[in-house]
Amino acid sequence: MSARWEPIALWMRARWGPIALWATLLVFPFIVQGSDSAAFFQDVGANLILAAIAASAWNIVGGYAGQVSVGHAIFFGAGAYVPLLVYTLWEVPPLLGLPLGIAVAVLIALGIGMPSFRLQGHYFSMATIAVAELVRLVVGNWDLLGAAIGIQGPATPRGWWDLIFRSSMPYYYIFLGVLAVTLSLTYAMERSRFGYYLRAIRAGERAARSLGVPVRRTKLKALMLSAALTATAGSLYAFKVGFVNPESGLGILVSVQMIIVAALGGAGTLYGPLIGAIVLVPLQSATNTWFGGGGSGLTFILYGGIIVILARFEPGGLLELWRRLAARVFHAA
Amino acid sequence: MILLQVLVGGLLLGAVYALFASGLTLIWGMMNFINFAHGEFVMLGMYVALVMTWIHAGPETFGPAAMVALFLLGVLVYLGLIKHVMRGPMLSQILSTFGLALLLRYSAFAYFKSDFRTLPESWLAGTINVSGIYVGKAQLVAGAIAGLLALGMHVLLTRTALGSRLLAVAEDRNAAMLMGIRPDRMQALAWGLSAASAGIAGALLANVYPFSPEVGQTFALTAFVVVALGGFGSVPGAMIAGTAIGLIEQVAAYSLGPIYKDVVVYGLFVAVLWVRPQGLLGKL
Repeated sequence: MSARWEPIALWMRARWGPIALWATLLVFPFIVQGSDSAAFFQDVGANLILAAIAASAWNIVGGYAGQVSVGHAIFFGAGAYVPLLVYTLWEVPPLLGLPLGIAVAVLIALGIGMPSFRLQGHYFSMATIAVAELVRLVVGNWDLLGAAIGIQGPATPRGWWDLIFRSSMPYYYIFLGVLAVTLSLTYAMERSRFGYYLRAIRAGERAARSLGVPVRRTKLKALMLSAALTATAGSLYAFKVGFVNPESGLGILVSVQMIIVAALGGAGTLYGPLIGAIVLVPLQSATNTWFGGGGSGLTFILYGGIIVILARFEPGGLLELWRRLAARVFHAA
Repeated sequence: MILLQVLVGGLLLGAVYALFASGLTLIWGMMNFINFAHGEFVMLGMYVALVMTWIHAGPETFGPAAMVALFLLGVLVYLGLIKHVMRGPMLSQILSTFGLALLLRYSAFAYFKSDFRTLPESWLAGTINVSGIYVGKAQLVAGAIAGLLALGMHVLLTRTALGSRLLAVAEDRNAAMLMGIRPDRMQALAWGLSAASAGIAGALLANVYPFSPEVGQTFALTAFVVVALGGFGSVPGAMIAGTAIGLIEQVAAYSLGPIYKDVVVYGLFVAVLWVRPQGLLGKL
């Protein structure tokens, strides 16, 4: 029998990094339960996982396919607004609005994707910014959608299905579950023909097309998948926060946050977005608390600085940096 | 009568748009690169004007001061950041100026706070009556100077040796190198010029409109629209489109209200990108 089945060989082939990561994420809320700021830590944890989901969703089209969309807030916003709207209009639990939000996002993806993917590189990015801003302006003036004030979800839970919990722990685990699904999908996609198509497109569209890759269709599919997952993140946000307005749901900072989280860890890699979230979200909470009211401004100065340093010195993100350092330290082949 | 007034205002504003959009289109034409921080350069120009008022300098100094300050900033940004990022993946190219925009915008927030500022009264205050049309002096000066400078940039690019060198690098970097032109230097110069044009535009606008650090984003988008409409890489295109957008924007504001004017402008942008990406006069 091959060495594969020997316990020692199995031990050595196990991918300890991801295993340790998931194990830590699974028990994290319980580890911090004892401390005084348990609620705060768990809240940061939940926000972290949510950021990871959104960034991983963006990663599919922005990282793997190389189509840098700076307007992903449009999908996040769809996922956030639709469930709350459904509740506001018909008293239905927001949870039921989740599939509807996803459907709306996918339709938008189809609508935007078809004309926009004709554009390359910087043009595409600009188009996505413009469309997202356009939508934000329109929503911000549409009374049905709450105009500038926004819309709210249920104030008190009528049952577990309203997904309103006082502790952040349930949110944490729900989000973790969705993250697991998202990353599994990404993993499956990564190793499929579709994944190869995406990477080919990222490396060179014309070359890919000449090799028979159905470029337009592939990009569209990637955008639709990404939109669906981003909308899910938006819905989860709406459930947790219970409220959304044009700035928090559709603002450009939402899009930028997704990109920087993914890019910091490593765009186009499976765990990049999660790593980016683990570094960035606690950092954001820390700067917000340390600097008090003026903090949010400093947070963005930090963001800007990180992005610039990242772009200048390590475009591959932290994972790339780790690989380079580890290769030198461990003399890996 | 009011419509005529709106048109004149739009024309003057359009001239300023033409000025800073020329800078953006120059970079695009030379390096196939969009500077997402261009709006912040305009915003910084406005704050340079503010700082000049702190040392009690008159409005005549705003333009030159902004020009020098932003020229230096542009060259520094190129040498420190852009030069290196150009060799990297698309994502980092887009991220670089995006990050720069955030950095500049929020540093301005931190230092100058988010209040809208207006400049103190100077000899530019007051309006002129031109056969029934009232035009603010500051507006008129801004529009006139911006128009002249935009024209000047076009002349610089097309009629001078320096301009030829810049355009040569834009057209074919390697061939330019073979001709003894140093692309690196030309690109740094282009960045300086681009930033300077944005800065002067900002300094001129500061006399006319109240400003705060957040206006950078609006100007960036306006610049994109103008460049898209005029054609990426074409300075004459930017001039024509700038004037057009200025007119369209003011007429839309007059007839539809200030909020929907943005919708019209962005909608136009998206339409141009989808229907005619190369714009009126540009090369794709």
